[in-house]
Amino acid sequence: MAQEFWRWKEYNWKSEKIDWKGGSIITAGVDVGSVSSQALILVDGEMYAYSSMRTGSDSPQSAVNAMNWALDGSGMKLENINYVVGTGYGRVNVPFANKTITEIACHARGANMMYGGSVRTILDMGGQDCKAIRCDEKGKVSNFLMNDKCAAGTGRGMEVFADLLSVPIEEVGDLSFNVAEEPEPVSSTCVVFAKTEATGLLREGWPKNKVIAAYCSAMAHRVVTLLERIGVEKDFVITGGIAKNIGVVNRLQKELGIEILKTEYDAQIAGALGAALFAKALVEKERK
Amino acid sequence: MINVGIDVGAKNIKIVVLRDGEIIGKGISLAGFETKETTKILFDETIKQAGITPEQIDSITSTGSGRKAADFAKFSVTEVTAATKGATSLFPSVRCVIDVGAEEGRTIRCDTEGKIIDFALNEKCAAGAGAFIEAMSRALEIPVEDFGMISLQSDKEIPLNAQCAVFAESEVVSLLHAKTEKKDIAKSVNDAVASRITSMARKVGFEKDIELIGGMAKNTGFVQSLKKALESEIIIPENPEFISAYGAALINE
Repeated sequence: MAQEFWRWKEYNWKSEKIDWKGGSIITAGVDVGSVSSQALILVDGEMYAYSSMRTGSDSPQSAVNAMNWALDGSGMKLENINYVVGTGYGRVNVPFANKTITEIACHARGANMMYGGSVRTILDMGGQDCKAIRCDEKGKVSNFLMNDKCAAGTGRGMEVFADLLSVPIEEVGDLSFNVAEEPEPVSSTCVVFAKTEATGLLREGWPKNKVIAAYCSAMAHRVVTLLERIGVEKDFVITGGIAKNIGVVNRLQKELGIEILKTEYDAQIAGALGAALFAKALVEKERK
Repeated sequence: MINVGIDVGAKNIKIVVLRDGEIIGKGISLAGFETKETTKILFDETIKQAGITPEQIDSITSTGSGRKAADFAKFSVTEVTAATKGATSLFPSVRCVIDVGAEEGRTIRCDTEGKIIDFALNEKCAAGAGAFIEAMSRALEIPVEDFGMISLQSDKEIPLNAQCAVFAESEVVSLLHAKTEKKDIAKSVNDAVASRITSMARKVGFEKDIELIGGMAKNTGFVQSLKKALESEIIIPENPEFISAYGAALINE
């Protein structure tokens, strides 16, 4: 089979410092997105383990797989978890969830922990949608706008381009800066038309990196129009898979003229983290 | 009098040669990436086959989104003008022209004289254009020429939730995995495009008669879906993909 350049790597992580057996509240968040699924476990509000995997055609199975991989090697079992919150586009497909909460609320809550209470605007750039979320100092959503109709400005659009240009998707960001000068953005909005346009540019003799730069810039421009409709208040952060693509992130930062806060956390887990935090709050409420 | 019309579309170049308003030659070719060269080659071939020399030609009129590629054409008109002229010249009773090409769609309302009253365009999004059908026929692994015929065999109504061609491709693959029959998926795709075009027709306030032109008029399944969505009969001219080129040629007749 030909190499599939869009295929990003699946991964999991576990804390070496935490002994979950000593924990009083163990909660989990499972974010089943249209493209990727994350499961995250909190032990007394501290991050203990998480995983990120592709969502397959069977969403409930994807939720189970992500959870199992997060639990992998910990000795912890599903029964040890006090409360599970499902979120994301496929949140109703988390068979072991005690409750579901929208990914908008979860991303805002997760970003609040990842970046701190100063966050007021979150751009969640997911696999098949893009959301601009405004929130308060507690991570409570005050307003949001989303595009879930069109692949332009989503991770799926970037995957299509990585495949077209035969560039591993993790390298897109770096390569996009390896150009003599910044090109004009790709002019077509529609991903289908942008593909044709890019093929034309390659035929004109544009180096691959220049085409990548033109697409990253088009994507940045596309989400700026979404952000401008809701207004960007500082601090501003990006969550979701595209947050890892500096080709889009840096150009977005430049076009907006606002610095994007960085985090040591993995930006793709914001939804699952938010869900696990809500789960913890729900357990605390029950125990009171 | 010899008049030539050249329609440089996103996918194909179409040329029509008229002698005193009668079609004496036509040619079609994929636009490809060297559109300018291809246009000239097709032009030379088409007039040669029509038995015409360049000196005999009274006017060359270009139209289409890539009309700049026909740089030897002295005249140029917009796609809306060319489509309306071509469609209403063939069928004077037409009050609504629907033109669906590879990458664009337009609905035009006109009066009894073929004068344009209002029009709506989609040139930004593949949903609602031929490119959408192409992408879905790839996902379904059926030849695009057979798409209409296959879709006609279905009487099911399966909703296609995704609007975007990229998302719809994943949805089509999921439907295939769920063992949905290809004919039912093809129909659902045609229904989806018909619904987009119908909202565009509503925007201009369509009335009868309705004529469909452009390459999508050759997709019989789409025609069926559109008839149902518009709740009306639709006139389909012979060689629907040549109507804008024909209209462009007529402008300077």
